[in-house]
Amino acid sequence: MWEIIARIFPYAIAFTIPLLITALGGLFSERSGVVNIGLEGLMIVGSFTSAVVIRFLQPSLGTSAIYLALLAAMAAGALFSVLHAFACVNLNANQVISGTAINMIALALTVFLARNITGSGNITIKTGLIRFDVPILSQIPILGKLFFTQVYWSTPIVLFILLASWFVIEQTPFGLRLRACGENPHAADSMGINVYRMRYAGVLLSGAFAGLGGAIILVTYSGEFTGSVFGLGFLALASLIFGQWRPLGILGATFFFGLFSTIANVSQAIPQFAVIPGVILKVFPYIVTLAALVLSSKSSQAPRASGQPFEHGKR
Amino acid sequence: MKKIKFEPSRNLIVSLLAIVFGLLAGVILILVTGGNPFASYLYLFQGGLKNMERIGNTLATSTPLILTGLSVAFAFRTGLFNIGAAGQMLMGGFCATAIGLKVNLPGPILVPIMFLGALLGGAIWGSIPGLIKARFNVHEVVSSIMMNWISYWVVYYAVPAYLKGPFLETESGRLAESATLRAPWLSSLLNGSYLNYGLILAIGAAALTAFILDRTVMGYELKSVGFNRHAAEYAGIDVNRNIIQAMMIAGALAGLAGLTQYAGNATNLQIGVMPSQGFDGIAVSLLGMNSPWGVVASAVFFGLLYSGKGFMNAMTSTAPEIADTIIATIIYFAATSVMINRLLDRLKSRKGK
Repeated sequence: MWEIIARIFPYAIAFTIPLLITALGGLFSERSGVVNIGLEGLMIVGSFTSAVVIRFLQPSLGTSAIYLALLAAMAAGALFSVLHAFACVNLNANQVISGTAINMIALALTVFLARNITGSGNITIKTGLIRFDVPILSQIPILGKLFFTQVYWSTPIVLFILLASWFVIEQTPFGLRLRACGENPHAADSMGINVYRMRYAGVLLSGAFAGLGGAIILVTYSGEFTGSVFGLGFLALASLIFGQWRPLGILGATFFFGLFSTIANVSQAIPQFAVIPGVILKVFPYIVTLAALVLSSKSSQAPRASGQPFEHGKR
Repeated sequence: MKKIKFEPSRNLIVSLLAIVFGLLAGVILILVTGGNPFASYLYLFQGGLKNMERIGNTLATSTPLILTGLSVAFAFRTGLFNIGAAGQMLMGGFCATAIGLKVNLPGPILVPIMFLGALLGGAIWGSIPGLIKARFNVHEVVSSIMMNWISYWVVYYAVPAYLKGPFLETESGRLAESATLRAPWLSSLLNGSYLNYGLILAIGAAALTAFILDRTVMGYELKSVGFNRHAAEYAGIDVNRNIIQAMMIAGALAGLAGLTQYAGNATNLQIGVMPSQGFDGIAVSLLGMNSPWGVVASAVFFGLLYSGKGFMNAMTSTAPEIADTIIATIIYFAATSVMINRLLDRLKSRKGK
């Protein structure tokens, strides 16, 4: 059993990381009071942007093209999320509909552009990130095997962002203001906080993080832009709720998804799991999420004004 | 119609302007990628309308869109966002296909049973999010997304296990023509188009939805819940029952979309594909102002874009995804109708001066 766990773990972590960073983006957006159902589309934008950057710059820049690609993906995600912010903050649009439109535009536009670039609509990259064993740390018994072998360097970065997000949201004046805008924007407004600006910040951060998430999928385990991120954006949204809008809860929820998706994916190769019908393994995380949503519904920690448009001077 | 004079015309103008903006965005994109927008649009519309066969195919493409659009619109009117139409459609199509392949009965008896199967499959899939919304106040968007993936994987494993075709692992066996909505006389009338009885079904569903919403107590209650949940509760309407009811009917409509898609336009069920019509239903409903006949009109328009894009791609260098991009842009403008409304107000006040 131990050997199986040690073998699965690096894959589970690789699957968790893009989900985690995207869900963290969603956290900033929802904490500011804007539901961002467009995470899926923003991830696709990130995946597309990084694929294009790597394709055009790798011949001349080599591996450093990947760093640029990740940064470009964050910028593109943030830029694209302006559409959502503009609709939700300035125009009081229905946030769920605007998010759906973001998803549709992102999907259609990126595949359209990709087709103009490669002809097929898919963009393959030659090399992505390379896994490595962390020196010294990977020698630690048990933990070393689980957490420090076969890692991508994107993993520690995302974990650092997780810690930073926790710190920013829970411990800084900016975080307090952001949360105030999501809980009671009118009270925040009366205290002199610019709700519009805070909500823009929340949505743009979610765009940047989701873009990074999409790019990480591309440079780690996928290696090809296909115009899809396999529903991970929606899964990130579910993790956000499952994790009760808290950074550490989100870490737990996304890792849960990562672990079970990995188990479902490799189950055929491992006799202990092959006895369980595949459909049960695949469906399990979704059913558990539904159950968790039902169970936590009584004590939901959702930002109270999440999804509600704010108009200055309405009261 | 004359009762509320101002509102509907304004909505219609907003929808039409959204279409204009969407088409303009398409022009810009084609120009940026070095194509000829005029020729592209010409072939796009020709591809959907050139002859009887293509017109028939356009209507056939529109058929499932009408039904998923009605599904989303029906939920919208009760204040619910049915993002689960894709999963409900897949489940409906799966039930219909399973019955069609496994039950051995003559067509005129079998097809109605398949119809009921699709209806039930979709209704059950839709009512689960409705139930946990009503009972536990879990937001229907998230639970429907979960239901989408559950149906995706159930179908993914169930089709190869029980309904496998003779050749491919990735699709079900083909339905006999008598076990589908196919209408040979209609096909030969339209020079081989695959238009089928599904369209009649969809139009009938639109009429029924319009009737329920506008002429029955049930529709009145559903709309009251949509306008103001608390006021409806105060007026003695059982809000929870209405939420479950609305999601169940929305699910049933999406389930029928599955019947028309998998046992009408196509004659088998592919696995590993989330039907795009489910998400397009949101677009259709929004552009159609959530009214049943508006849904029919916008579904036909989207069907035209979808069915013409292949021809356009064959005749020009423009990629077929331009159609999807146009639709997505239209939806963004429909979602931000406030902007168009402000624009119209400004134009009006300028004229007034």
